[in-house]
Amino acid sequence: MRPFRYHRPADVAEAVAVLADEPQAAYLAGGTNLVDLMKLGVQRPDLLVDVNRLPLDAVEELPGGGLRIGATVRNSDLAAHPAVRRDYPVLARALLAAASGQLRNLATTGGNLLQRTRCVYFQDTGKACNKREPGSGCAARHGQNRDLAVLDWSDLCVATHPSDLAVALAALDAVVEVHEPAGPRDVPLAALHRSPGEHPERETTLARGALITAVRLPHLPAARRSAYLKVRDRASFAFAVGSVAAVLDLDGDVVRDVRLAYGAVAHRPWRAYRAEEELRGRAFSPQLAARAADAELAEARPLRHNGFKVPLTRAITVRALTELAERTPAP
Amino acid sequence: MTTDERHSSRVAFDVNGGRRELTLDNRTTLLDALRERLGLIGAKKGCDHGQCGSCTVLLDGRRVKSCLVFAVTLDGRSVVSVEGLGGPDELSPLQAAFVAHDAFQCGYCTPGQLCSARGMLDEVTRGWPSAVTDDLTAPAELTDAEIRERMAGNLCRCAAYPHIVAAIQETAATR
Repeated sequence: MRPFRYHRPADVAEAVAVLADEPQAAYLAGGTNLVDLMKLGVQRPDLLVDVNRLPLDAVEELPGGGLRIGATVRNSDLAAHPAVRRDYPVLARALLAAASGQLRNLATTGGNLLQRTRCVYFQDTGKACNKREPGSGCAARHGQNRDLAVLDWSDLCVATHPSDLAVALAALDAVVEVHEPAGPRDVPLAALHRSPGEHPERETTLARGALITAVRLPHLPAARRSAYLKVRDRASFAFAVGSVAAVLDLDGDVVRDVRLAYGAVAHRPWRAYRAEEELRGRAFSPQLAARAADAELAEARPLRHNGFKVPLTRAITVRALTELAERTPAP
Repeated sequence: MTTDERHSSRVAFDVNGGRRELTLDNRTTLLDALRERLGLIGAKKGCDHGQCGSCTVLLDGRRVKSCLVFAVTLDGRSVVSVEGLGGPDELSPLQAAFVAHDAFQCGYCTPGQLCSARGMLDEVTRGWPSAVTDDLTAPAELTDAEIRERMAGNLCRCAAYPHIVAAIQETAATR
């Protein structure tokens, strides 16, 4: 591992200012991904700016509904928070389906959103990877690509975003509060991550040195009936091979509102707007859910080993929505 | 400042109830600090990538993987490793239950299993749900399925899992 300097900033402004002056510095939060990538030689910061002791660890219930989640709130604390369990079960379920107890005790809200792909070619410095080293090529595109993208990939990169939390937040229309060198701003979760395109090394729309300080959830009563369905290769402690976050609001049997997002299919959490359009205003049935998923997945371009992700994502869409519909009491 | 000084730090933290002060290369993980600098070799280095759980310790009372924590971040904090749970002459109830139930074979993962189980039982006491808890708003009942899910971060290559579950179950029942 490359030697690095260590700094504990006094406040957010100082943290952002230090990063702005240090091109090879990185923020350290929970470290569950960054420390590992430093051991692997994938990330080689020469300065770590430790944000763990900044006062960003509160969950506040907002007047008028909604929640403000500090960036260093640990995944385990967020999953256990009474308001999350009561009002946003999709969020609690996504958190609990991820990683292990020990990792959730370290991993933070902000860090989870900025974690790196688990594409094995990205994690192996002996392999070509345009994300790790722009211009070096992509060993995954024609390699073992079972776990990689089916939607929105480019010739330069077929990586997926690994977060479960981000998928739930995409469905909930969360807003990310960031501090950039130019000042604070709000970024909708759906606009936080980029498609790989010509620049897979640029993963977010944030300015260099930006620090996530909080995530806001809007007041969304419908989210009390929400679900996160994750399929993985073993029962626990594994990344998704497919996942869906779903919020369903029925008026009788008519879909009044619906939010859907997919994980493990693209370079970013995939909000399924097209599927939502198919569902909204129509009488719910499993067949309608299947048609909606088909509409969303029509543009899928599976790679050699991951064609199964398309029917899998379709199947979990139908299952998640049908289970929610059955749970929704008649008005 | 020399290059080495720029890349090292003075750190003071509690380990098993005693204050320890070390000058460490910033790259030193908590696991390596415990094993290589403090002679506490209970926590084991299995994968060194946060996947196997054999390095699990308690940090401010919460279970974490010590291979993924840089020790330089720990100034003023408190660590308990398996040595702090109880020794050969004064086993904690959890350790005694592991012995009684034959909850290990080679024993390499055991210190991590013990620290993880200790932290996990406290999480249950605090009412934290898990991925297999049916009702997120009700207190979790510690079924075998709950124990298995909550202990998923600790691998045992000898596959002593049924006995580990039994040992934890007995400890929970007598708390």
